[in-house]
Amino acid sequence: MHNKTMTQLAHGLRSGEFSSVELTQAFLDRIKQHQELNAYITVNEDLALQEACAADIRLANGNPELLTGIPIAQKDIFCTEGVKTTCGSRMLDNFIAPYNATVVEKFNQAGAVMLGKLNMDEFAMGSSNETSHYGAVKNPWDTNTVPGGSSGGSAAAVAARLAIGATGTDTGGSIRQPAALCGITGLKPTYGRVSRYGMIAYASSLDQGGPMTRGAEDAAIMLQTMAGFDEKDSTSVDLPVPDYRAGLNNSLAGLKIGLPKEFFGEGLNSDVAVTLETAVNEYRKLGAEIREISMPNLNLAIPAYYVVAPAECSANLSRFDGVRYGYRCENPVDLTDLYTRSRGEGFGKEVKRRILMGTYALSAGYYDAYYIKAQKIRRLISEDFKNALAQVDVIMGPVTPTTAFGIGEKIGNPIEMYLSDIYTIAINLAGVPAMSIPAGFAQGKPVGLQIIGNYFAEDRLLNIAHQYQQVADWHLHIPKGFE
Amino acid sequence: MEWETVIGLEIHTQLATKSKIFSGASTAYGAAPNTQACAVDLGLPGVLPVLNEEAVHKAVIFGMAIEAEISHYSVFARKNYFYPDLPKGYQISQMELPIVGPGHLDIEVDGVSKRIGITRAHLEEDAGKSLHEDFHGLTGVDLNRAGTPLLEIVSEPHMRSAKEAVAYMRKLHELVRYLDICDGNMQEGSFRCDANVSVRPKGQKEFGTRAEIKNINSFKFVEKAINHEIERQIELIETGGKVVQETRLYDSVKDETRSMRSKEEANDYRYFPDPDLLPVFISEDYKQQVKAQLPELPQAKKYRFNEQYALDDENANILTSSRQLADYFETVLKESGCEAKLCANWITGELSAALNKARLEIMESPVSHERLAGLLARISDNTISGKIAKQVFEEMWRSPATADEIIAERGLKQITDTGAIEAIIDKIIADNPGQVEQYRSGKDKVFGFFVGQVMKEMQGKANPGEVNKMLQAKLKQ
Repeated sequence: MHNKTMTQLAHGLRSGEFSSVELTQAFLDRIKQHQELNAYITVNEDLALQEACAADIRLANGNPELLTGIPIAQKDIFCTEGVKTTCGSRMLDNFIAPYNATVVEKFNQAGAVMLGKLNMDEFAMGSSNETSHYGAVKNPWDTNTVPGGSSGGSAAAVAARLAIGATGTDTGGSIRQPAALCGITGLKPTYGRVSRYGMIAYASSLDQGGPMTRGAEDAAIMLQTMAGFDEKDSTSVDLPVPDYRAGLNNSLAGLKIGLPKEFFGEGLNSDVAVTLETAVNEYRKLGAEIREISMPNLNLAIPAYYVVAPAECSANLSRFDGVRYGYRCENPVDLTDLYTRSRGEGFGKEVKRRILMGTYALSAGYYDAYYIKAQKIRRLISEDFKNALAQVDVIMGPVTPTTAFGIGEKIGNPIEMYLSDIYTIAINLAGVPAMSIPAGFAQGKPVGLQIIGNYFAEDRLLNIAHQYQQVADWHLHIPKGFE
Repeated sequence: MEWETVIGLEIHTQLATKSKIFSGASTAYGAAPNTQACAVDLGLPGVLPVLNEEAVHKAVIFGMAIEAEISHYSVFARKNYFYPDLPKGYQISQMELPIVGPGHLDIEVDGVSKRIGITRAHLEEDAGKSLHEDFHGLTGVDLNRAGTPLLEIVSEPHMRSAKEAVAYMRKLHELVRYLDICDGNMQEGSFRCDANVSVRPKGQKEFGTRAEIKNINSFKFVEKAINHEIERQIELIETGGKVVQETRLYDSVKDETRSMRSKEEANDYRYFPDPDLLPVFISEDYKQQVKAQLPELPQAKKYRFNEQYALDDENANILTSSRQLADYFETVLKESGCEAKLCANWITGELSAALNKARLEIMESPVSHERLAGLLARISDNTISGKIAKQVFEEMWRSPATADEIIAERGLKQITDTGAIEAIIDKIIADNPGQVEQYRSGKDKVFGFFVGQVMKEMQGKANPGEVNKMLQAKLKQ
């Protein structure tokens, strides 16, 4: 059951082949068997089975939706009413959300079953899932390596078949990079396509939730539920949501693909480069036209990101002060002590580092040199994408410079860690949608191909990904031990 | 040395919206602590602000009323600081691009009119309240007020005395209530003032170093706090000291200001645009719509009252001090069909005195405009005298009866029957030959005695004009 696609599962549920309770139980068993991956922070068996039971009734009584009875899991950044929502932090280790994020609410409405809450880098800050208060997640393809981050638990769980699909969030690559390292499909939608309400903020102008699944068709199904305007999120965009599955089988003949030369230069592992070349060739066979393009400002993305994101996070994380909820230090002697110790003890090292960087960048006398300059760079990068996407339909490139690196390998060197997002960050700064799809293996580890589209062109990206997945089967490979 | 004072005011006006500026929670005052704070107001993880358009509307109304430039594009910013009653650790405010740009307000002090510049007015959310009493050394936090919309109105440093500052504050208070954008309730903190005060030698161009006095919540205290601060600064300079830029708190009990924090200790608020909120766009059409719907403003109304009703400045000023009072006056005028002056005198006199005594607003007046109009109509048509009318008014204040009912019930109808008055006059003249003699020998003052006697005999119901006329005629015979 656990290797089926969502459409197949929906069919099985309707034909009576299995019930949602059976399906859910099967996943719960697998999660228990594979605890060593540390993919989940919270598994709520009772709740999951209750939801499965309700789904079975709905399936029997009519009016089910495609996702009714299908077990998925939520990144622990989405607030779930009555269920612990930690954001991977000691700060929220005791936090039971009193409300549902809009995304969670939408999956509930659709009748999807929530298996549990997935591990992640603390407050989504990290590229290896090692900053989690709950410990590193292991990559199912090689348990000595990282699954990527920050949605590392989501990627590992989907790759290991511990959930059919999972939600992730992507601020600088947090869906695409772990999807690439774990050999699954991940989609970061256009900024504003998916509501951020109830998604704990890291960098508000960059954060975007999206689906993480094995294949593009499942991603289309999940995005269908997640996308849409939300009056509770002023930055969500009030545009109609297309039928994401409708165009999956459209032909790619005449598709214009741009390969930015800046993406294929120094720093990209040669085995990864070769793998990507093969994948791009596959597109040529499908009728696409490939051309080299240039996006001269891409090299500015990392420095700009590490001003904008920490600046926003330094304010976003101020609410975690030990006053109303979350971690509070023991016996504070006064207010300052309450603040400094609660935050000092509640936050981990990487979170503190980014809060400090952001605070610095916003300080009087530095604001213009950092924040304002970074905003200017951001506009330049957006221009690069606009110009490029005026010449070609989509941009393709690597997701990560290398395949999954070892646990502990980069955690001591923040700069090197930050560089693992070098191909993904610019996309968030521009706000365009992008996907990572499995494109083969290098040294036995998965390689992801990034497909970047124009604003709100998620349907086109899914079509392009799906067509590839009709001729290549990388997304069907199963890591050893998780068959 | 002669000193000149320079004052600028920052006034926090609580906008009278039903719900908060970024959430759907109610803004009603006085609920049990933390019962009007929703997930957004509590700053829970994951929540997002959504701008209340009514707050923007009210800000634009204010901007149009002070003939300000309304920014067609304005931006919300985060002002970062930690405090337990600030749930998010930042206040959503406006910094570089406020919604209301430069405008002005005219004040009048001792008959001289002066234009005070308004630099800007920006929208922001209020914080909650920290409660230090009743918690045995701990602090309680009430977040009901958190997220209440405020319009912070910042004046230019154009005021030169505490008196001008108070006049400006009163004028602004009158205006926001006119516009119906703020309830003006100062006790509940709906209208609060911070004053920037400095002094400089008269004739000097540069400003002196200023101190900011925080949170002064009554007109009386503004005047006292500023005057006190002026004295403090002058004394300090004259004894060789230096004013330091700092924030001071006014203690109304001790009537003094004391230092809260100096500039060096001041927070770096690290303002930056709030990425959760889109910029606010105000179109020319929208501005024109708001302008077209603006009520008549106090100044214009006053001039109109002067002109249209031939009222003196004093009456016109009082009657236009609130929109409700002005409306009350115009309604009474229309309903009674009386002279404007009579209506004005009664409303600014008897009625206002009674309201003040009972600490009531005009809207809460026990004597409705219909009933007052009924009373004034009876004065006008000579059914009762002004003096009797006061008795009737007192009765009306206590009971729901109309003037006509009270007049009928108590038999207060004025006697205009000349025959009846004549008989009484003849009797009084006959009974008081000594006084008659005095009057006829030129002591005019005795005339009042006769009027009094006649009125007394007729229990005040005689028409005074008629009595005068007839008495004069009789006494001359």
